[in-house]
Amino acid sequence: MSESSSLYVSPAPATAPVAASTPAAEQVVLRTPGRWGWLRGAVLPALLLVVWEVLARVGVLPPNLLPAPSRVLATIWQMALTGELWEHLAITLWRVALGFLLGSALATVFGALTGYSRTLNQLLDPLLQGIRNIPSLAWVPLFILWMGIYETSKVVLIAVGVFFPVYLNLMNGIQGVDRKLVEVGRVYRLSGFQLVRRIFMPATLPAYFVGLRSGLGLGWMFVVAAEIMGANKGLGFLLVDGQMTGRPQTILASILLFAVLGQLTDALLSQLSRRLLRWQDTHRVSN
Amino acid sequence: MLRINHISKQFGPVVALDDIDVHVRSGEIVTLVGTSGCGKSTLLRIVAGLDTPTKGRVLIDEEPITAPHPAVGVIFQEPRLMPWLTVRQNVQFGIAGLSAAEQAQRTSAVLERVGLTAFAEALPRQLSGGMAQRVAIARALVAQPSLLLLDEPFSALDPFTKMKLQDHLLEIWSYDKPTLLLVTHDIEEALVLSDRVVVLRGHPGRIHQTLTVDLPRPRRRTDPDFQLWKQRVLDALDVTTDEPLLA
Repeated sequence: MSESSSLYVSPAPATAPVAASTPAAEQVVLRTPGRWGWLRGAVLPALLLVVWEVLARVGVLPPNLLPAPSRVLATIWQMALTGELWEHLAITLWRVALGFLLGSALATVFGALTGYSRTLNQLLDPLLQGIRNIPSLAWVPLFILWMGIYETSKVVLIAVGVFFPVYLNLMNGIQGVDRKLVEVGRVYRLSGFQLVRRIFMPATLPAYFVGLRSGLGLGWMFVVAAEIMGANKGLGFLLVDGQMTGRPQTILASILLFAVLGQLTDALLSQLSRRLLRWQDTHRVSN
Repeated sequence: MLRINHISKQFGPVVALDDIDVHVRSGEIVTLVGTSGCGKSTLLRIVAGLDTPTKGRVLIDEEPITAPHPAVGVIFQEPRLMPWLTVRQNVQFGIAGLSAAEQAQRTSAVLERVGLTAFAEALPRQLSGGMAQRVAIARALVAQPSLLLLDEPFSALDPFTKMKLQDHLLEIWSYDKPTLLLVTHDIEEALVLSDRVVVLRGHPGRIHQTLTVDLPRPRRRTDPDFQLWKQRVLDALDVTTDEPLLA
């Protein structure tokens, strides 16, 4: 048997068969974005910050319109010291988390139903697609009317934003599951439930994660909308507050914090998906 | 063991299979040979319980087939491995009902048999085409089927890997000698493997001839007798044509 296997693979030490079966070229591709790859991505932003700081200091940029990055950071630092920062961060994060959970949970249920069942798809999908075509911000007045100006309407608005990308990607993912793999399940006489758990769920996971990540992005977009409409706390409130009181550094601080939070939460999801989707045969395993 | 009784299959107005009648004894290796579109794969799918005949029925040990049967293993043209499972997990895919100890023991044994023990923890994307197909064979074997159906199992592989795997299949078969029903359009493959070759002709798919291959085993592809047999099957298939290729 050992001669027969040597025909398909180069002889490799039994301890590292996986690495040995990977062509050398692929390993090189895998190594480059490794530990220091992110540094390349930091070069341009850092350069931009330096230029901005210098231009602000020499007075080219008017401080009442575009204050220096150092002033923005000082504003954040100040808010951190008074404890104000944590309150704003916490409430915004809380709203996004709730809206994201609510929206993606509903989308998972509906996407699974319309992806799996043709009848339910014909029944539900046209309606949902119709609703999707309403610009989601158009709901704001109605939600405020129905649910008041406090937390509920905000969370629901975010949930609406999160819902559609998750729903669409999951539905398309399920519909795109390879018929040939499903047939293998049939050969082994898997029940409907087993088919879902052992073939449909893992096969749909990549599409699902794409949906979750774009859903999360929209969640951050909608929390801004919700907080601009009316809030007395949160990063979105800081935007309005900065505008009203003529403090561009507060607005910029809020924008910066949104960027950081969005990036961090997306990286979290991306890490999770990378871990779960290690099996994917893609050009580059990372991202 | 397997009785295909007067099977016909129609797709709308098109008759894909017309009154196919094949009986296979236990432990026998039978190959269905035919040109593309003669309905041979459809016939195999009907035996596998993945498709239903318009007329006639399939019996396995006197039991009529209406859905996939637990004693029947299927190997497809492509490996059809679950890309998210390791080689070991893929092999275990069909025996999840057994105890963990039994699963582990059977999987190790069958991986050893197909020579993939060192790759048990590899993912399908890391395998060559020939290795992936061996995993598919292992997945079918681990359930210890008494009938193994193979639908052009080596047609996607390069000639060398194909030859190697054909010999390999015979070697694996010799352990518990399941009944093999194989579909192919590769005459050499049919002659290397089978006790009987059933020649189908298409439009509609009918059995043209059944040939009992009495070549001694192990068979050598280069023997003069082997070449004679190739000609015999080619004649039965009627693929030779006097028409010029370029009009």
